[in-house]
Amino acid sequence: MEYFLLQLFIFLAASAIAVPVAKRLGLGSVLGYLIAGMIIGPFGISLIGDVEEVMHLTEFGVVMMLFLVGLELRPSMLWQMRTPILGMGGMQVVLSSIVMAAIALWALPWQQALAVGLILSLSSTAIVLQTLKEKALMNTAPGRSVFSVLLFQDLAVIPMLAFMPLLATLALGEGDHHGSVLFDINTLPAYLQVIATVLAVVSILVLGRYGSRPIFRAIAATGVREIFVAAALALVVGISLLMNVVGLSPALGTFLAGVVLADSEYRHELESDIEPFKGLLLGVFFISIGASLNFTLIGDNLALIAGLTAGLIVIKWLILIVVGKLFKVVKKDRALFAVALAQGGEFAFVLFQFAKVNGVLGADTVEPLISAVAISMFLTPLMFMAYEKRAISKDETQINAREADIISHSGHEVILAGFGRLGTDLGRFLISAGVKPVIIDHDATNVDVLRKLGYEVYYGDITRLDLLEAAGAKEAKLLVITIGDITKSTMLIELVKKHYPHLKIVVNAHDRHACFKLMELNIDHIRRETFGSALALGQDALQQLGVDPYEAYRLARIFRKKDGEMMPELYQWHCEEEHYISHYQQKHAELETLMTRDLLADNDELDKAWTAKNPAL
Amino acid sequence: MKKILINFAHPAKGRSNINSQLRAAVENLDGVTINDLYANYPDFLIDVAREQTLCESHDVIIFQHPFYWYSTPAIVKEWLDLVLEHGWAYGKTGTALKGKWFFQAITAGGDATTYHAQGANQFTLGELTSPMRATAHLCLMDWLPPFAVMGVHRGLPLAQVTNHAEDYRRVVMAIRDDLFNKDKAQQNEFLNSHLDETILRP
Repeated sequence: MEYFLLQLFIFLAASAIAVPVAKRLGLGSVLGYLIAGMIIGPFGISLIGDVEEVMHLTEFGVVMMLFLVGLELRPSMLWQMRTPILGMGGMQVVLSSIVMAAIALWALPWQQALAVGLILSLSSTAIVLQTLKEKALMNTAPGRSVFSVLLFQDLAVIPMLAFMPLLATLALGEGDHHGSVLFDINTLPAYLQVIATVLAVVSILVLGRYGSRPIFRAIAATGVREIFVAAALALVVGISLLMNVVGLSPALGTFLAGVVLADSEYRHELESDIEPFKGLLLGVFFISIGASLNFTLIGDNLALIAGLTAGLIVIKWLILIVVGKLFKVVKKDRALFAVALAQGGEFAFVLFQFAKVNGVLGADTVEPLISAVAISMFLTPLMFMAYEKRAISKDETQINAREADIISHSGHEVILAGFGRLGTDLGRFLISAGVKPVIIDHDATNVDVLRKLGYEVYYGDITRLDLLEAAGAKEAKLLVITIGDITKSTMLIELVKKHYPHLKIVVNAHDRHACFKLMELNIDHIRRETFGSALALGQDALQQLGVDPYEAYRLARIFRKKDGEMMPELYQWHCEEEHYISHYQQKHAELETLMTRDLLADNDELDKAWTAKNPAL
Repeated sequence: MKKILINFAHPAKGRSNINSQLRAAVENLDGVTINDLYANYPDFLIDVAREQTLCESHDVIIFQHPFYWYSTPAIVKEWLDLVLEHGWAYGKTGTALKGKWFFQAITAGGDATTYHAQGANQFTLGELTSPMRATAHLCLMDWLPPFAVMGVHRGLPLAQVTNHAEDYRRVVMAIRDDLFNKDKAQQNEFLNSHLDETILRP
């Protein structure tokens, strides 16, 4: 236990130190993790134990990442991307495999060369997606091309795993069979294997589509946040297990689940629940890649490994440029497209391991190649930086020639926090006025009903920064708050003022007291939620008493205006009194002041109008 | 028999005296509809379809209001702006109001002598109400001179107010019963100036 905690501490502390430093130096978090790994690894100051074990464990971060990527991709969008995925991705994998296998033929028999080619054709989903996100390139045209290729590669891993044993030429080592601990699908006859696999995928789709909603609703109804986090984690872990059992890629399975859930109202909540775990696991994963760099081996075979790394990057880069050209990627985006994908990927580690175990490749072949892949991954963030430097200097020379990026994110301008009694009508009003808000509410039943009615409503606690982020607070212009709880509203406002100072805020106040609290925060647009109805009812009452409708209307208007004018004064008074009388007393005193004022109120404004000097007209 | 629509506009009815009495004099007559604009649309959100239907189902349209600043209370302008749509009230296909009678019933502060080139108000009431006359003309309506109660600033003796109210009632009833000489009335400055000549005996 103590050992585990110590290891955990070393990993966490290393990232806590290395990542901020790397970011400060403009290197990005991925490079920070990698360097931290090199420092604490067996070839650095040797603080950590079994790196490989850690790497296996934290590969799960990649699985979570693909789940999150899936969450942001609606099925319709995925369908739209079918050409780049199959075309670009397919061509990149096939061309890279063939070319690299051909080169490897010099040194290896064809089976081994083919295996090497296939494995090296893959790029690093983890590093590339993380870097693209950090640089906000995910929703740009080249970003989506990159993503398409990565997605195809993740799909391609599955047939590769199936195909690899057929290439075996070496004697098998000790029978280290890489099956599932739960259940070995290989004991089934082939047709049953296929059926089991199909069933697993179908069950994910069906469960995601129809089962998830009632389950999440029931969990959300408990109001215990940790349980929702637990459920979200259980979902991802469960799917991974299922995929492992049927021999599919867990990353692919969770990606599918993500896509299915992308339309769900719980999308933002799931996203913000999984995100920190993914971030941590991925971080540790990068650290373990850094730590696994075998400097002794590299030192002994410096020329060979340097050559392999350079060859790997150059060949992949050239092929990517060709693919980009064939698929009409705009010229200025092509460089980014190629730079992003010209490295080996983390699946290479898995596949090399797999190939070794299955007697496809020998250890002496695998070791230098793994090092080359790791170094190429290490170089990727640096290549991004170099690319950016060039792109910026180019931009400066031809600012006018630059086209706008196509942002697929359909920009919602308004975030509506709270969709209860007040929020419902407000939301309806905004929608009728052609303003489509992202609606966030923490009442699961509410969310469910509203979604059935066709509103875009998400479940979640809006006072969480990650959820605000997921709702698009960065791009939004306005936040409308209709939460009854003033503590929550003030929390939310403070959060927004700190992180999204550009957001305009309109907010309701439960009562006059809440109003003062909001005035303390310098909010200009505050409405007391019952004030409007009170005046409207008052206007009705006056009419029923025989007051002329127009006069009743004007009286209400005048009252509203005077009340508004009175607020700053009352606020002043409230601030002075606050310190020495109790809340209850204060409310009482306030009420008294208000009522006395109204008793004395003269509606001279009404008298003056039209008839003051013309009593008979 | 004609159906008569009175579009009544007074923003402070509680404080009006003469307009209230004029209105009371015609309020319960058969064939007369009173449409209180300020009461129906306190927030000025005029229901155009309803107003057009009302106009279509009547033969005579009267605007009854105090003569504010040589014109009408604000809601009447809003009414004209919104209800008199192109293609309905005017324009090639705009014939909904064609042949309907139109006049104003107004109460004015100054007396008749002040509405004169040499008077305090510089223009005659006929001149000052010409925008309404032009409106009626464009909408193919038969315009009649205004029914005017003047000099109300000084305050009118009760008997006089009652007389005006009675005249108003007589005119409205005569028009309703087709006992009104429109052509002759159009020659006069005010609708209520020579009632004995314009109202026919049955």
